Amino acid sequence: MRRLALALLLGAALGARAAEPAAAPSPAAPPMAQPLHADVAIEARLTALSRELRCVVCQNEALSDSPAELAEAMRREIRDLMKAGKSDQEVIDFLVARYGDFVLFRPPLKPLTYLLWAGPFLFLALGGLAWTLALRARRGARPAPVNPAQLAAAARLLDDKP
Amino acid sequence: MKRWLPLGVFLVLIGFFAKGLFLNPREVPSPLIGRPAPVISLPVVGDAQRAFTTADMKGQVWLLNVWAPWCVSCREEHKFLMALAQSRTGPPVVGLNWKDRNREAARLLAFTGNPYVAVPDDPSGRAGIDWGVTGTPETFLIDRDGIVRFKHVGPIDPVVWQNKFVPRLKELGA
Amino acid sequence: MIPEIGTFALIVALLLALIQGVLPLAGAQRGRVAWMAVARPAAWGQFSFTLIAYGCLVQAFLSNDFTVINVASNSYSELPAFYRVTATWGSHEGSLLFWSLILAGWTVAVAAFSRALPLEMVSRVLGVLGLISVGFLSLLLLTSSPFLRQFPGPAEGSDLNPLLQDWGMIIHPPMLYMGYVGFAVAFAFAVAALLSGRLDAAWARWSRPWTTVAWAFLTFGIALGSWWAYRELGWGGWWFWDPVENASFMPWLAGTALMHSLAVAEKRGAFKAWTVLLALLTFSLSLLGTFLVRSGVLSSVHAFAVDPERGAYILGFMVVVVGGSLALFAWRAPRMIAGGSFTWFSRESLLLANNVVLMASVAAVLLGTLYPLFIDALGLGKLSVGPPYFNAVFVPLITPALFLMGVGALARWKGDSLPDMAVRLRWALGVAVATGLLLPLTLDGYEPWAVLGLGAATWIALTVLIAFRERVKSLRQLASLPRAFWGMHLAHLGMAVGVAGITLVVNYEKELDVRMNVGDQVQMAGYTLTFMGVEQYQGPNFSGTRGSVVVKEDGDQQFVLRPEKRIYDASGSVMTEAAVRPSAFSDLYVSLGEPLNNELTTWAVRLYHKPFINWLWLGALLMVAGGLLAAFDRRYRLATRERAAAAATAAQGA
Repeated sequence: MRRLALALLLGAALGARAAEPAAAPSPAAPPMAQPLHADVAIEARLTALSRELRCVVCQNEALSDSPAELAEAMRREIRDLMKAGKSDQEVIDFLVARYGDFVLFRPPLKPLTYLLWAGPFLFLALGGLAWTLALRARRGARPAPVNPAQLAAAARLLDDKP
Repeated sequence: MKRWLPLGVFLVLIGFFAKGLFLNPREVPSPLIGRPAPVISLPVVGDAQRAFTTADMKGQVWLLNVWAPWCVSCREEHKFLMALAQSRTGPPVVGLNWKDRNREAARLLAFTGNPYVAVPDDPSGRAGIDWGVTGTPETFLIDRDGIVRFKHVGPIDPVVWQNKFVPRLKELGA
Repeated sequence: MIPEIGTFALIVALLLALIQGVLPLAGAQRGRVAWMAVARPAAWGQFSFTLIAYGCLVQAFLSNDFTVINVASNSYSELPAFYRVTATWGSHEGSLLFWSLILAGWTVAVAAFSRALPLEMVSRVLGVLGLISVGFLSLLLLTSSPFLRQFPGPAEGSDLNPLLQDWGMIIHPPMLYMGYVGFAVAFAFAVAALLSGRLDAAWARWSRPWTTVAWAFLTFGIALGSWWAYRELGWGGWWFWDPVENASFMPWLAGTALMHSLAVAEKRGAFKAWTVLLALLTFSLSLLGTFLVRSGVLSSVHAFAVDPERGAYILGFMVVVVGGSLALFAWRAPRMIAGGSFTWFSRESLLLANNVVLMASVAAVLLGTLYPLFIDALGLGKLSVGPPYFNAVFVPLITPALFLMGVGALARWKGDSLPDMAVRLRWALGVAVATGLLLPLTLDGYEPWAVLGLGAATWIALTVLIAFRERVKSLRQLASLPRAFWGMHLAHLGMAVGVAGITLVVNYEKELDVRMNVGDQVQMAGYTLTFMGVEQYQGPNFSGTRGSVVVKEDGDQQFVLRPEKRIYDASGSVMTEAAVRPSAFSDLYVSLGEPLNNELTTWAVRLYHKPFINWLWLGALLMVAGGLLAAFDRRYRLATRERAAAAATAAQGA
C-alpha cells in the first residue's frame, strides 16, 4: 500500500514536472512511450492475422480480441514464428495442423466450402433471374377486369363510410 | 408448384436445427487423429537432469494425459488414474504438466501419488499448442507406431474408460 | 408470495391468450360476431395480467428477494436500483417474460388503433397475435419460469453480468424486442389476409405503418447494440457478424425489403403474393433469432445459458408458427389476383430489384451463419465462419442496393424512361464518381474501397437533393410535402451518412499499442497524450483502477481521458472501460491493457483514432427518424379525420 502511494507520488511529481514551464533555455524532451512490442511491422502482421483466427477457448471471439490466457499464448507463439521468418501462410498452416480448420474465421476454399463461397453470388444470380422472369411475365399481362361490386366495397373499406 | 418451395426449404432447415440440438458447437475434433504424434522433448518435473521424449514410448500403446495442478477436474480424474496404475491393467500414462507457472506439480504428486510413468514439464504451454490442447484435462491415445488414434476432452471416469478407451485399447492389442 | 402471484398472473394471461387466439379466428371463419368481439377485451386482459406478472418480477428484484432463483443469479444487493430493474431482462427467463410483455403491448396497440378496420380483419389479426402469445407464455410457464424459488435463499446474489451494467446495454434489448415483436403485427396481418382470401391494396396500406415503426425500433436497437459494443468491449469494434448479431440483422434486411414491397402492393396492387411471403419470412427470422440465442445450436458470445430442452420447445413452436404460415401461403397463393402491370424500367421494377438484392443478402448471411451447423450435422467436421467471410461477401452484395436507392426513389410508377432518367441523373452520377475517385486523395492513404463507399454515399445524398429540387420550386413549399416523402429521403440520407462513416472508419482507423510509464507521451493523429498514472477507487459493486491520460490537441485545447479497469465484487470478473472522446469527425479512444509492473506505474495502453465513426450512429438515427416520420404520415389517419369532419358537419346541420 505504501509502495503504491510512493509510486503515485512519484508519478504526480513527474507529471507536475512535465506540466511546468521549462526554466532552462532548452527543456528536456518529455519521455516518449515505446511501442508495446519492439517490432512494429511484425505486430501489424500479427494483428491483421489474428483478426482472421478464432480463439478456440472462447465463445466465438477473434484471437486478436480475446484476453484469455490460451489466446495470449497463441499470439506469443505466432509472434515467435513470425520473428523466425515464417510467412502468414506458414503460420496459418501451423495452426491448422494443430487445431483444424475450426481456428480459421475465413473458411479455406475447398470442396467442402464451395457452396459457402459460391452461395451468395448464386443467390444474387438466381434473384436476378427471378426478377427478369417476373418482369417478362408482366409485360403481356393486362390488369384483371374490375368487378363494380368489389370496387364499391373497396371504396367503403378505404373511406370507412357507413 | 414453387409456392411450396418456402415451406420445403424451411422444413429442411428444421431438420438441421433438430440435429443441431444434439451437437455441441464448441467440441472440436482433433486434426491429429491418424497422424504421427507431435514430438515432446522436455525435462521432467522434479528432476531437470532427466528428460522425456515421445520416442521413449515407441513400440507401446500409451496415453498422454494433459493436466495441471491448478485444474480442479484433474483432481477427480487423478483418483481414477491412480486406481488404473495400481491395477496394472491399463497402458502406461504420461502426464504432461501444462502451464504450471507456480511449480506445484512435484509437491502435489508427492502428496496424492504419481500414476504416471513420466511427467514432462511444459510451463509455457508450447508443447500443448503442438498437441492442439485447449484446456485440461485432455487425454490422447497413441499406438505402437506413434500414431495418434483418439482424443478425449474432459476427465476420464470409469464410464468414459469403459465406453471410449477399453474398446480402442483392445483393438490396438493393448 | 409475490413470485407466486406472478406465476398465477402468467397462467391467467395464458388462458386469456388462448381465448384471444381461438375464439376470434373461429368467429371470423364462421361469421359469428360475438366470438369476434372477444378479441379486443381478451387482448387487454392478456396484457394486464402479463404486466402484473412482470411487475412481480420487478418487485422481486427491487426487494433483493434471493429466494427467487432468477434474482439470485442476476442481481446483487449492492447493485444500483436502476440496474436491478433492467436485470429483469438480463436472463433467458426474464427476457422471455419481457418479450411476452412487449408482444402483449403491440397487441393492445393494434386493438386500440384499429377502429377503422372491419371486425373480421381485426379479429383475425388479434387472433394470430394471441396464438403467438400462447406459444411464448407456455414456453415461459413450462420450461423457463422466472419465478422458480429456492429455500433457503442465499444471502447474496451472483450479480448481474457486468457487461450489462451499462445504460446503452439497458435500452438495447427493449428496442430490439420492440422491433422483432413489431414484425409479428405484419405477420398477423399477412396470415389474416391469407385466411380471409382477401388480399387487396387495403391490406397493404394497413400493414405499412406498423411495419415501418417496427423497422425503426429494430434499427435503433441494432445501432444501440453496436454503439454499446464499441464503447464497452475495449477493442474498438462495433460489428462482429456473431450469430446473434446476424439473427438481428436478417430480420432488419428482410424488414427493409418488406417496407419497400408494401409500397408497391399498396400503390399498385402488384407483388401481393411476394409481399405476403416477405411478411411471413420477416417474423420467421425474428423467431429464428429467438431460437439461435437460446438453444445452444450455435456458439456465440451473446447466447444465454444453453438448454437443448428449451431449444426443442422453441423449435416445435417455430414449426407450428412458421411452418403453419408457409403451408397456408402455399395453399392460398393461387387465389391472389395479379396487380397492375409495369415496364422493365419503373419504380416497381426497381423496388423489386431492391428486394432481390436484400433477400440475396439475407440468404447469404443465413448461409454463413448456419454453415458450421450444416457441416457438423452432416458429420463433415467443424468449420468456423467469421467476419472475414461476411465482409468479403456482404459488401459486394449490398452495393447494387446502394446504387438502386438513388434511382428507385426518383423513378416513376408504371413506366419510366431510361434515357430520361439518365438525363436527370447524369450530373449526380458524374459528381459521385468524381468524389469517390478524388476525395480519398485528401485522406491518409488511397484506399480502393473508400472510392466505392464514398462514391455510393455521395450518389445517394445527391439523388435525395435532386428529389427535393424536382418536387419543390421554392423553400416555402417544403412545409407542404407529405411526411412520407420527408421520411423516405431522410432515411435514405441516413443510409448515405452511415455508409460514409463505415467506409471512412474501416479504411482509415489507426491503432497504437504502447507501454506507458507515468509521464510518458505519445503522439497520434495530431493529439499528444500523456499518461499520468492510475488511482484505485471503490464503486458500488466493484473496485476500480482509473487511469488519467491528459490529451492536448494542436493549439491549447486540453482534456483528460480516464480509462478504467474494474473488478466486480460478486463475480470477480474484470471489465475494461475504455475512455472515449467523441466528436463529429472522429473519436479518440483509449483503453488500459495490463499493468506491466507491480507498482502499477507502467501500463500497456491501447489507443485508437476512429475517423467519422459517429456518422455510423448518426446515420442510423436519421433512418429511425425517417421511418417514424413516414409511419405517421397523415394519410394513414385520413379516414379518422374524415369521419370527425363528417360528424362535425352533421352536428352543425342538426
